[in-house]
Amino acid sequence: MSAAITLKEAVKWPDLLASGHRLCAGCAEPIIARLVLKVRRGATMATTATGCLEVATTIFPYSAWRIPWIHTAFENAAATASGIEAAWRAMRRRGRGPLAKYEILDVIAFAGDGGTYDIGLQALSGALERGHDFTYVLVDNEAYMNTGIQRSGGTPYCAWTTTSPAGTVIPGKREWKKPIDEIVIAHEIPYVATVSPAYPLDVMRKARSAFEVEGPAFLHALAPCCRGWRFPPSKTIEVAKLAVETCFFPLWECRVEDGRPLYKLSPPSLAIAKRPERKKPVEEYLRVQGRFRHLFRPKRREDLIDNIQRWVDRRWGMLLEKAGL
Amino acid sequence: MTEAKPGWRELPFGAVPYKPSLEYHTGDWGVERPDFDLEKCTRCTLCHFYCPEGAIGFDAGYPEVDLRFCKGCGICANECPVEAIRMVRKG
Ligand SMILES: Cc1ncc(C[n+]2csc(CCOP(=O)(O)OP(=O)(O)O)c2C)c(N)n1
Ligand code: SF4
Ligand code: SF4
Ligand code: SF4
Ligand SMILES: [Mg+2]
Repeated sequence: MSAAITLKEAVKWPDLLASGHRLCAGCAEPIIARLVLKVRRGATMATTATGCLEVATTIFPYSAWRIPWIHTAFENAAATASGIEAAWRAMRRRGRGPLAKYEILDVIAFAGDGGTYDIGLQALSGALERGHDFTYVLVDNEAYMNTGIQRSGGTPYCAWTTTSPAGTVIPGKREWKKPIDEIVIAHEIPYVATVSPAYPLDVMRKARSAFEVEGPAFLHALAPCCRGWRFPPSKTIEVAKLAVETCFFPLWECRVEDGRPLYKLSPPSLAIAKRPERKKPVEEYLRVQGRFRHLFRPKRREDLIDNIQRWVDRRWGMLLEKAGL
Repeated sequence: MTEAKPGWRELPFGAVPYKPSLEYHTGDWGVERPDFDLEKCTRCTLCHFYCPEGAIGFDAGYPEVDLRFCKGCGICANECPVEAIRMVRKG
């Protein structure tokens, strides 16, 4: 059971994403993928939408995947995962085919924010509506990183990207981050959770829960990208932690029971809910990242920092209400 | 007259990656590597989970870095709760 996972035990479990991949030094994506794959229950298949994780783990003729893995185009990770699950069920029913012998199969789709908030949204929505038993992992580094840091629906307000350049005309991206979790939860799927690579045990417990539920599960992972967010590679976990400590990216899980979404805060965010004085100002998160530098230099943009703080506070308040706190 | 086109069974295989990435060493990417102070280390295992390369193993019961893959990012040293890791120059 998921509650039994401990670091001491998990350190002995094999890594199914091998060393020798070519993601940047300090990248959060392989940290997340390793943690999710560690807790798979048995037979596992994965598919990855085009993006950093896919491209850098499968440079011909090498592959870092130690499980059956299928390349997917940018827009259809959820459709490919649906197909894997449907093929497995058909083989089970007929009692023949290479997947027929597996009583359980953990099917995982990994996709970036571009591949989820934007181009992959309809494939995701369709797969959730059809109710396939699979786990979708959104690896959210808040821009199209693999093609050179273009803004996406997941890029936060005021972030510099190459297509939302901060200057005299605009202060970085003008729109807010799309509330993807609410969109997913509106599909009434059994399990949705946010995860952060800074909290490995929380990631592994939630990934196990995602595998265990019958039907679609969605894990939203924040994946700080030193390259695109402009911070030193050694700070990836520090930045991921600040996102949680400022409530910019709170950690929670949501299960649908009797047709109702039941939100539960996870330990790091629950601690802040109980002791609100521990909630750090969002500025602490912004100022360590070069993509927000223009909020502080050459002139401090109090108006914009305030806008972001109000957005964080409003969404944190909504989350507390939903969690009955 | 239309010509019969080949079906999917006749199509040749596409590009299938066939070598494990373990044969591709990324250890020369960075200039630094972690140096562990095993007296200080509490065996908390966090560095194993945080390393993006999966380069820190615990097979021996304490952390050991595989220098064939360590990219020298410095995450392990930055996160070790008891400061048992120091980044030093490789080689
Ligand atoms: C239909 C299509 N359009 C554009 C591309 C080029 N492309 C490849 S990866 C990528 C960006 C991926 O961004 P994201 O999903 O956020 O993943 P990341 O690289 O940031 O991890 C783009 C635009 C493509 N492969 N297919
Ligand atoms: S660009 Fe960002 S997400 Fe892509 S490999 Fe580099 S650090 Fe990772
Ligand atoms: S993080 Fe530090 S204390 Fe923990 S196992 Fe690694 S070296 Fe030891
Ligand atoms: S420096 Fe980075 S790549 Fe090297 S062992 Fe530490 S965390 Fe892993
Ligand atoms: Mg992205």
